[in-house]
Amino acid sequence: MSDLLENHIVDVIVLGTLVLSAVWAVLSPRLLRAVIGLAVASCCVTIALFRLDSPLAGVFELSVCAGLISAVFISTISLSQLETEESIAGASKERIRRYWYLPPLLVLVGIAVFQIRLVDFPEVARVGKDVRQVLWTERHLDLLGQVTVLLAGAFGVVVLFKENKKHER
Amino acid sequence: MLALLVLGPIAALLLLNLPWRNVPRWALNASVLSLAFAELFVAVSLPALLSGAGLPLLDQLHFGLVADDLTRIMLAAIGLVLGAATLVGQDSISGDRKHRLFCSLLLVSLTGMNATVLLSDFFSMYVFLEVTAVASFILIAQDRALLAIEGAFRYLILSAVAAVFMLAACGLLVLSAGGTSFDAVRAALSSGTEHGVLARVALGVFVLGMFIKGGVVPFHGWLPGAYGSAPSAVSVLLSGIVTKVSGIYALVRIVHSVYVPDAKLSMVLLVLGTVSILVGAIAALGQTDMKRMLAYSSISQVGYIVLALGAGGELGVVAASFHLFNHAIFKSLLFVVAAAIESRAGTSELSRLGGIGGKMPVTGATATLGMLSAAGIPPFAGFFSKLLIIVALFKSDHTYFAVVAVLASLLTLGYFLSMQRQAFFGKPAEGLEDVTEATSGFLVPALVLATITVFAGVLFPFLLDSSFSFLLLSKSLPW
Repeated sequence: MSDLLENHIVDVIVLGTLVLSAVWAVLSPRLLRAVIGLAVASCCVTIALFRLDSPLAGVFELSVCAGLISAVFISTISLSQLETEESIAGASKERIRRYWYLPPLLVLVGIAVFQIRLVDFPEVARVGKDVRQVLWTERHLDLLGQVTVLLAGAFGVVVLFKENKKHER
Repeated sequence: MLALLVLGPIAALLLLNLPWRNVPRWALNASVLSLAFAELFVAVSLPALLSGAGLPLLDQLHFGLVADDLTRIMLAAIGLVLGAATLVGQDSISGDRKHRLFCSLLLVSLTGMNATVLLSDFFSMYVFLEVTAVASFILIAQDRALLAIEGAFRYLILSAVAAVFMLAACGLLVLSAGGTSFDAVRAALSSGTEHGVLARVALGVFVLGMFIKGGVVPFHGWLPGAYGSAPSAVSVLLSGIVTKVSGIYALVRIVHSVYVPDAKLSMVLLVLGTVSILVGAIAALGQTDMKRMLAYSSISQVGYIVLALGAGGELGVVAASFHLFNHAIFKSLLFVVAAAIESRAGTSELSRLGGIGGKMPVTGATATLGMLSAAGIPPFAGFFSKLLIIVALFKSDHTYFAVVAVLASLLTLGYFLSMQRQAFFGKPAEGLEDVTEATSGFLVPALVLATITVFAGVLFPFLLDSSFSFLLLSKSLPW
């Protein structure tokens, strides 16, 4: 166990920060702090991806999850109604009451994963192809699927939000 | 050629949403209905289509689509339910803009479902299941009623959990099998190495996601709310085919083409199937709303499909596939009936209905046919698929489960008779004296689906004898 920790000290720190920031994102009573927690978690995932030799995935995670999505959340929060201090405090207590088991559960899962030593699982042969090559030459259908999800999202915005504005007027 | 089934709906979607000034309702309906007919045509004539020359342009695309007889069953079911949902939408969705968006989302959903049933890769399957799921969330919430938004939100949350499971499974499959294609996973599973063990774990995690999306007990919490609160046409689509393709089809596909469950896994499927049958049926007995009763009935019927897969063997897979098809047809029929009643009576609460059979004779008659088929009464299609399931259970020495399946059919008959009595028999309830028969948008799909339920049952022995390729999966085209 101690050897494992020594060899993977950076990974342990990154994963520990990831867990803490994720828990913070769920338990934080203020949306803005929750978004910051989420962004920190995304940054930790980015570091993990870089360390796992997946720089492209890391860049995507950093730009889309930590960057773009945080920006969207913050813009939305700035447009939403502010709550009173009392309601924030009430929500905070309620959230801690509901999710008190989450941090110890995550720690237990982490310990269990180390115990069964999934990291020692036999290594698979590396796929020689570059991820870009795979994406653009072999997985056309997945790209089409992602475009279709975006299209569906656009319809969602039109269906669920556009007419609301008209009603408000 | 198969790529057209995925590209066709996207092309129609883009075409209908070009900045035309006004697309008439008939044009929207015609485009979706023509795609529904195309599904049926492909389902019937697939071998001939595949043996013909392909289109050079489409051959350039690396879509990796393949088809066999199970795909044909699913394409036929998708075509029929899509057609029914379109016709119900024509008469139940008010406002041209809303109707246009409804048709557009039907096309998105069709793209996702077609790709899912034609794929032989777990990651691609995950991507297109998400396409179907996103369209479904929006369709459920499109009326922006509080209950509908709550139903959509529950579905969204549980679907997100399922997606996490499936994505994690894909990662584990890459780690263990070196890829996510069915061939690679099958090879890893049969390798007998540690990779095989990890691939088995990954497959289990993927199936867990499927169970959530399919509404199998104990992951069924989202289903009654979503079905019950969605607009009528959307309920038809969701109950008839979306949850079948999103959850149960993938399970049937895995058992058929990737991994034959061992004794322990079979037992898990048998227990889950039985619990689903019983919980769904008992919960349906206590419902006071017709749509919610049908939703719980769906949970119970899905249990039969899981039970058939647990029985194992080719007969188990055939029984599961046939019940999957039958359930898509009779459950769509019953939701069309519920939609017709709601459109006329303004409610689907059973306590506020009564004697509506006399006012809506065609609706009442088709409802009776659907209910009898769902309860497994001969000579309807539901009887033969349940019979196949029970024979498969006996053949695999799972007598106790077969007995439970037979007894649970009595529960099904019980809640459907209760629904019939409350909604259709007796004197017309207060305020329903002036109710008249539903419009053609409800009657045409109800009659078509009822006819299929009757004929698939009456002709079943002949269909089996004459090597009807839908039911003989051993004659599958190669994957």
